[in-house]
Amino acid sequence: MTTKSQALLNWVDARFPLTSNWKAHLSEYYAPKNFNFWYFFGSLALMVLVIQIVTGIFLTMHYKPDGTLNASGIPIAFASVEYIMREVPGGWLIRYMHSTGASAFFIVVYLHMFRGFLYGSYRKPRELIWVFGTLIFLCLMAEAFMGYLLPWGQMSYWGAQVIINLFSAIPVIGPDLSLVIRGDFVISDATLNRFFALHVIAVPLVLIGLVAAHIIALHEVGSNNPDGVEIKKKKDANGIPLDGIPFHPYYTVKDIVGVVVFLMFFTGVVFFWPEGGGYFLEYNNFIPADPLKTPPHIAPVWYFTPYYSVLRAVTYPLFGLDAKFWGVIAMGASVVVIAFLPWLDRSPAKSIRYRGPIFKSALAIFIVAFFILGYLGVLAPTPGRTLTAQICSVLYFGFFLLMPWYSKIDKCKPEPERVTFK
Amino acid sequence: MTISMIKTLKRFVAIALFAPALALAAGAQLHLDRATVSSDPAALQNGAKLFINYCLNCHSASFVRYNTLTGIGLTEDQIRDNLMFTGERVGDLMKIAMRPAESKAWFGATPPELALIARQRASEFGSGADWLYTYLRKFYRDPNRPTGWNNAIFENVGMPHALWELQGQQVATVTENADGTKHVELKLDKPGKLSVEDYDKAVNDLVSFLVWMGEPVADKRKSIGIFVLIFLAGLFVLSYALKKNYWKDIH
Repeated sequence: MTTKSQALLNWVDARFPLTSNWKAHLSEYYAPKNFNFWYFFGSLALMVLVIQIVTGIFLTMHYKPDGTLNASGIPIAFASVEYIMREVPGGWLIRYMHSTGASAFFIVVYLHMFRGFLYGSYRKPRELIWVFGTLIFLCLMAEAFMGYLLPWGQMSYWGAQVIINLFSAIPVIGPDLSLVIRGDFVISDATLNRFFALHVIAVPLVLIGLVAAHIIALHEVGSNNPDGVEIKKKKDANGIPLDGIPFHPYYTVKDIVGVVVFLMFFTGVVFFWPEGGGYFLEYNNFIPADPLKTPPHIAPVWYFTPYYSVLRAVTYPLFGLDAKFWGVIAMGASVVVIAFLPWLDRSPAKSIRYRGPIFKSALAIFIVAFFILGYLGVLAPTPGRTLTAQICSVLYFGFFLLMPWYSKIDKCKPEPERVTFK
Repeated sequence: MTISMIKTLKRFVAIALFAPALALAAGAQLHLDRATVSSDPAALQNGAKLFINYCLNCHSASFVRYNTLTGIGLTEDQIRDNLMFTGERVGDLMKIAMRPAESKAWFGATPPELALIARQRASEFGSGADWLYTYLRKFYRDPNRPTGWNNAIFENVGMPHALWELQGQQVATVTENADGTKHVELKLDKPGKLSVEDYDKAVNDLVSFLVWMGEPVADKRKSIGIFVLIFLAGLFVLSYALKKNYWKDIH
């Protein structure tokens, strides 16, 4: 470095911790050297977040959150999305990136969470990382739900109608609460405007704050790895973990490869399959919202379907309260229970590599149940499907709530002293 | 892998992809004839002519401008001379004079805006094009309807058969299936200006135009996509070489 730029850096460092932050989070943040495929999805989630924010900014320049009808009888919000698709230069690309980005976000985050399940990334001392992560997931769901209303198509409208009506099932405060959420007695222009405000500023602010907390907590305790052993236990004379390598340049260059591969899939969808077979953009959502015409079948977007199935699986009233209320409780609990994983797991081993057959089977059953719930959530309910959803919901909760017992008695293999490459 | 294995795998993937559709289909079946969507400019231009002559009086396409049709190989002069009848300018949107509230009173339902109809009508039973292709060929005479027309896949539809001059008049024999659903058998009673084959071809052209209008940028989107993927493939080679080089000492 030339003396002049060194002098500038010194000037900045005397006023702002630039070099020390660079070191703490990148050049001298030591990550285990044995990260595998599953460790790409954290950085990818961050990149999708950036894609969503940048494309979202450009969308707000042309989108109009207005539920009133234009001269042709089309809601202005719906028409403004078509205006973006047809008349704004490059608008179709920005919009498809944003709509595909929503689905990509959930795919990447689900895989990122599954990595945690596989290698026990939530275990001590990483409990707070996990709790922040669960809160990020909750925020993401709120963000996606509110964003989905904005195109003001039939599924936007009636999907929001179904979900907001759920809040009215809460005893005493329910009806007033749903009124406050809607800002009206039905989903209307008032709802659209407040969802727009929440979607473009309120929830993203919280989301970014939580992502920062998630990463700060991670860099405080250090990353887990596929062997689930602590690399900080074995250090060299300089206090650097023997199995650690600096995040930059090693993992920055590795994550770039992951980003490029991800972008190939992402652009594949954006340019060649933007509707995602009716799962990324639902066909019914190309019909403008019509408050007087209920679609025969209202299906949530694919990433909500497992939880929607849990909601519908509860069909029994209890303690004089409606089944719908308990469905809402079950749906909320199915997300919140994830946050308690660090305290439910009592296994001596962290990583699935050294866990016994009980945990491996439990995880397999959990994943199968999750997929079946997701699949059932797309379909209209029948008695047989409801029963299947009930069984899968029990398996879903069983995985978490029985974990203190089955994880304890499982026959684990001894963990290695150092990380391994497999 | 042997060919039979690939075939089995393909079938498995197809079943897995469409399983929700099949399960749904168990509820209400809808058999659609398959449209042949064309991107040939002659077909699209014929479709545009049919659309503007037969549809654009009751239906609007209010997201589309007349000069958007330059995308199917027409010049602005050709559009002005052949496809514009009501004194608009070539940059105007394809709006109609009929107001939504009035048409609702007249037909029982407002004729839907058609710019997105091909994207709206896609379902587990087939593409939006398939639905439109079937629908426009399944009108039949029904004296019980105020318009005198009914449709085999859209029962008691508010729309009269706008293309009847071309197709002619069909009559229906309605029978009841074992499960109580209706089965409608159509027979051409009075032939129209076009033969059955020519009418099917005309409807195909019209449907192709409606598909094009649903997303005029679709062809451009795909051709840009190929360049983006080629660029990313090159970037992958470079980034992978970079990673390999940095990681050569990590064991």
